[in-house]
Amino acid sequence: MDNTILRVNHLKTNFYTSYGEVRAVDDISFSLRKGEILCLVGESGCGKTTVALSVLRLLDSPPGKILGGEILFSGEDLLRCSVDRLRQIRGNKIAMIFQDPQSSLNPVLTIGDQIEEPLKLHLRLNHKEAMVRTANLMAQVGIPMAREHLRDYPHQFSGGMKQRVMIAAALSCNPEILIADEPTTALDTTVKAQILEIFQDIKQKTSMSILFITHDLGTVAGIADRIVVMYGGKIVEAGTTLDIFDQPGHPYTRGLLNCLPSVSTSKDRLISIQGTIPSLINPPGGCIFHPRCESRMPVCKEVSPKESLISGEHIVACHLYEQERIA
Amino acid sequence: MSRIILATENLRKYYPVTSGLLSRHVADVKAVDGISLGIMEGETLGLVGESGCGKSTLGRAMLRLEEPTAGRVLYKGENILDRDRKGMKELRKEMQMIFQDPQSSLDPRMTVGDSIGEALLVHGVSHEHERGERVEALLKQVGLEPGHAARYPHEFSGGQKQRIGIARALAVNPKIIVADEPVSALDVSVQAQIINLLMDLQRELDLAFLFIAHDLAVIGHVASRIAVMYLGRIVELADRTQLLEHPLHPYTEALLSAVSVPDPHQKRKRILLEGDVPSPVAPPPGCHFHTRCFKATEACRGEEPELKPVGPGHLIACHLYKK
Repeated sequence: MDNTILRVNHLKTNFYTSYGEVRAVDDISFSLRKGEILCLVGESGCGKTTVALSVLRLLDSPPGKILGGEILFSGEDLLRCSVDRLRQIRGNKIAMIFQDPQSSLNPVLTIGDQIEEPLKLHLRLNHKEAMVRTANLMAQVGIPMAREHLRDYPHQFSGGMKQRVMIAAALSCNPEILIADEPTTALDTTVKAQILEIFQDIKQKTSMSILFITHDLGTVAGIADRIVVMYGGKIVEAGTTLDIFDQPGHPYTRGLLNCLPSVSTSKDRLISIQGTIPSLINPPGGCIFHPRCESRMPVCKEVSPKESLISGEHIVACHLYEQERIA
Repeated sequence: MSRIILATENLRKYYPVTSGLLSRHVADVKAVDGISLGIMEGETLGLVGESGCGKSTLGRAMLRLEEPTAGRVLYKGENILDRDRKGMKELRKEMQMIFQDPQSSLDPRMTVGDSIGEALLVHGVSHEHERGERVEALLKQVGLEPGHAARYPHEFSGGQKQRIGIARALAVNPKIIVADEPVSALDVSVQAQIINLLMDLQRELDLAFLFIAHDLAVIGHVASRIAVMYLGRIVELADRTQLLEHPLHPYTEALLSAVSVPDPHQKRKRILLEGDVPSPVAPPPGCHFHTRCFKATEACRGEEPELKPVGPGHLIACHLYKK
């Protein structure tokens, strides 16, 4: 019945900087199911990358520190397991892809070596087996003439090709969860379309669960099963893709969808969200979105809103809906 | 009938590639390879293309911030490449630029007021009081507070810094502004504010824009005409609606189909191009796009297609449309 593979409960992560304490992730809970693509959406500084790094405990500490919560992977709490156990999970059961393939590949190792490494480490394959598997993986992510490129170095590859290498390395051990942090942001439009096609392909052919982090709602609309919208370190709305795009509940989500320029609309003024993203060192009190919100009420300045279930699994954290419930 | 304000004729900008101890000239990066286009008074011409296609170089060469290798740049009919330093400075009041990264285009040790005032000082508004008033008016015009003049760039967010960059470009009352990816470094909620601001200013001040971006959705929103660039050449140029609704060049078609639309109901067939953009040092012979084109024929490999009209105001460089 329950096909949750990863459950994040009340995660809190702070950064301690010389300017003060940054509440990057402030009490966040969500779950990832088997075989789905869950998109974590938000603008810069909303804490989406910090969530991803917290899941695998990859944060640099200091300045980052996980203050509390649970991260349950098949029932096992990753925040409390040993470092050795974590090492068995990273890259093997849960793999990660980063935004900038340039800085995540080692420039002095060949492409082949870098994809093979997890195969030898986790699956204990010998060199020959690993090489065959690596060539297959590279072919799977669309690198032409894979065998000939095994001995190439990262600088010989273009940005799109490097991202394919990263995906191949992440897929190498058949992980149960793939965390992809802005994997298409640094790429050109036509190359981005190619990479998204690979993710679609993974979803169709495997039962892998993908946590896809992005700021681009256009990308989300094309691939997500469910969506979590973040703002200022908190979840403001979560639901299925159709919930979020057809009936956005939170004023922030509505604003985000309204302000996108599109190739098919007429040349009207864009409806923008006023103001700028607040600093998380001194976040506004009450609902963190209230200084920019068009529907704000007196209560929004005082009290942080609770999550309200508005339909099925559609959750909104906004006082507008809390009132509805009482009335 | 509006007139052409800024035009290029067969403009080329090559960067030499050197090698070895004696820095032998071995090849050229043909960043801009024979481009002719014109921008009308008060219009926005959108220039779209992927990274490395030469769109920024073209924008800079049109303002003579890069010295073109060959060709002409005409401002109101006059070739600006014939002007000397002093003559050029005179002209710079009329043509300004907005840069992609507002962070690196503002001096961190100058107050915002001084940064904007500097443009006025250079161009001869030397009275301090007058400058101060003008700076305050400019800040208000771009949606900031007059009191912000005394602050430093680090006190502002990305969107606000871009507003300062815009105020600085407006300081000298330009007629044409080249905006090089002015919103691509900004978050979507802020991007919309800046796009609205630029469109409002254009209406108020009757400005012409060359709006350079890689995002076809942004270009489609702001531009009245759109030019599509690939490896140093214009492949298609048309009116906005024409280009977005009836793209003719296979590259434009692919680019348009790759734009991700924020609507989960719209399942479009993506045209997936194979491979990456080739290196501009050794572009493929014939049509530069033939290596990735899904409609390429034998002719495309050998012969370079010319940019030719196929309809009113619709130009295309593709062998498929040769009559």
